[in-house]
Amino acid sequence: MYQYDEIDQSVVDQRVAQFRGQVQRRLSGELSEDEFKPLRLMNGLYLQLHAYMLRVAIPYGTLSSAQLHKLADIARRYDRGYGHFTTRQNLQYNWPKLEDTPDILAELASVEMHAIQTSGNCIRNVTTEQFAGVAADEIDDPRVYAEIVRQWSTFHPEFSFLPRKFKIALTGAPTDRAAVRVHDIGLVLRYDDTGNVGFEVIVGGGQGRTPMIGKTIRAFLPKPYLLSYLEAIMRVYNQYGRRDNMYKARIKILVHEVGAEAFARDVEAEWEHIRATATDLPAAEEARIRAFFAAPPYRQVAGTDPGFAAKRLKDRAFALWVRTNVHAHRQPGYAIANISLKPEGLPPGDATADQMDVIAGLAERYSFGEIRVTHEQNLVLPHVAQADLYAVWQALREHGLGAANIGLISDIIACPGLDYCALANARSIPVAQQLSRRFSDLDRQHDLGELRLKIAGCITACGHHHVGHIGILGVDRKGEEYYQITLGGAADEQAAVGEIVGPAIARDELTDAVENIVTTYVDLRDTGERFIDTYRRLGRDPFKERLYDAR
Amino acid sequence: MQQVFTANRLTDGRVVYLTAAGDWSEDIAEGFLCANEDELSDYQRRAELAAVADEIVEPYAIDVQHGPDGARPVRYREVIRAFGPSIDYAVAVSAGAS
Repeated sequence: MYQYDEIDQSVVDQRVAQFRGQVQRRLSGELSEDEFKPLRLMNGLYLQLHAYMLRVAIPYGTLSSAQLHKLADIARRYDRGYGHFTTRQNLQYNWPKLEDTPDILAELASVEMHAIQTSGNCIRNVTTEQFAGVAADEIDDPRVYAEIVRQWSTFHPEFSFLPRKFKIALTGAPTDRAAVRVHDIGLVLRYDDTGNVGFEVIVGGGQGRTPMIGKTIRAFLPKPYLLSYLEAIMRVYNQYGRRDNMYKARIKILVHEVGAEAFARDVEAEWEHIRATATDLPAAEEARIRAFFAAPPYRQVAGTDPGFAAKRLKDRAFALWVRTNVHAHRQPGYAIANISLKPEGLPPGDATADQMDVIAGLAERYSFGEIRVTHEQNLVLPHVAQADLYAVWQALREHGLGAANIGLISDIIACPGLDYCALANARSIPVAQQLSRRFSDLDRQHDLGELRLKIAGCITACGHHHVGHIGILGVDRKGEEYYQITLGGAADEQAAVGEIVGPAIARDELTDAVENIVTTYVDLRDTGERFIDTYRRLGRDPFKERLYDAR
Repeated sequence: MQQVFTANRLTDGRVVYLTAAGDWSEDIAEGFLCANEDELSDYQRRAELAAVADEIVEPYAIDVQHGPDGARPVRYREVIRAFGPSIDYAVAVSAGAS
């Protein structure tokens, strides 16, 4: 993992001191709320329904055990004993006090963490896929470039007052596990014809009120030019992005309005203009950063661990967990262990302080002290020896972390919704709880197979409903909670925005409606077809007819 | 329909309601129910003064109705603000929690 040098630590410490002064001046009245609000947002501090909410940055979803222990400690001492992992790989605390936030930020700084630029009209937390550095299909480790982009974007003086928020995501493999095509900039690591590594540059993806899939503006950018090219994109956006209407201010609107080809020409022209003087990373600096992500000292083993294989045969529950939660690792004898934060009937993506400590301890013992956060609100132990998987699973189960449902229908993404969020129109967590209870039978879940169900409490779409195989959007209809269902969305390399299936459905009919949709899939699927495959083959009509004819 | 003024307390962000005495209470039952335009204007002015004095942030009036357990907001969003998240999950621990 990246480790702060003196400059990094000094920057974060100074930021804490600066914010402490700002909070003091706010509490004394020297700063008004209008003056203070943009300052607190740049430190990730929102005012929500019940309390302030602090969004802690987890850079490209990587955490050390020490950091996760600290997050648990903060949850206990300054919050209500839990935290929520988000679709941007960050952590949210729902109950901090304003007067405590400088101390919380100081605690975070002590473990090389912060809440900088997790809100506001700036470049937000750079995200990447959770299997970075350990996936067998990886072209190059995206964490190296995520760290480079993180450093470049932090406090960038030219890009601190953008028309709107800005989100960058990277993936290191052809399989897109980071939803890059629904980000403002998506970067896909690629080879060119001669085997050089570079990036496909995708711009203008996004969700919210106007969901759009990003457009490729450059099929291959040689990697030495990453920063200057990003600068060119940001400069075009900063100049031409709309500032008159916050709902039309994202780069996706600009790309849509001028057209992808014209936008690409603008970027290329800007790049030609600046590249002689723009700062591209010297190879030596890239190598220095890359060294932080060197592989840990794996034990050299050959083939599958016989004990692991035997346990799978003897213990069906373990076998089921392995089937969904364990992914192949590039290092022989190792595995990637996914920890589901979607236990039956509980809020998706939440973890208690005790659970965070358990996971941090397991990482220390079994995963070289490293944890990953996924954009689907789960956690990962990226370096577990196969021989240790059974012990890890037993410990996870003991602490309510053993749900064997990664990628299945109960692996639901849900935003905090109206229970917490000032933007929400309807609740999302109780909807997720009811659905997870209805579909709790694991045999049935396996029969249904891969099914990405995503719930958002409002059109801001933090719950990613637009890219759910089944998406659920909460709406307010004359003061009542109603839910609009979309089908056929996807966040991977075949990214697609889901189609609205029909009129919104009342809360007490929603679970049955999802049941109806799932039954339609089962009735109409071909052998081996996932839900999304059946939908792509048949389209919306059979689902719409069955759902609304039955009502 | 009666109205009560609500806001978030500056120091800790908690939901509070303007009482008859001009204090801010976390209990909606203690909120002063404005029954006419004069009362609404009077308490609006008090709420705005409290915002200027940095006691609370962003005050506004909400509709409430009388129920068997006292005043209850009309909008569900305000019910959640008054009585907390609808999920039985959050566990208050340690001296730092409120």
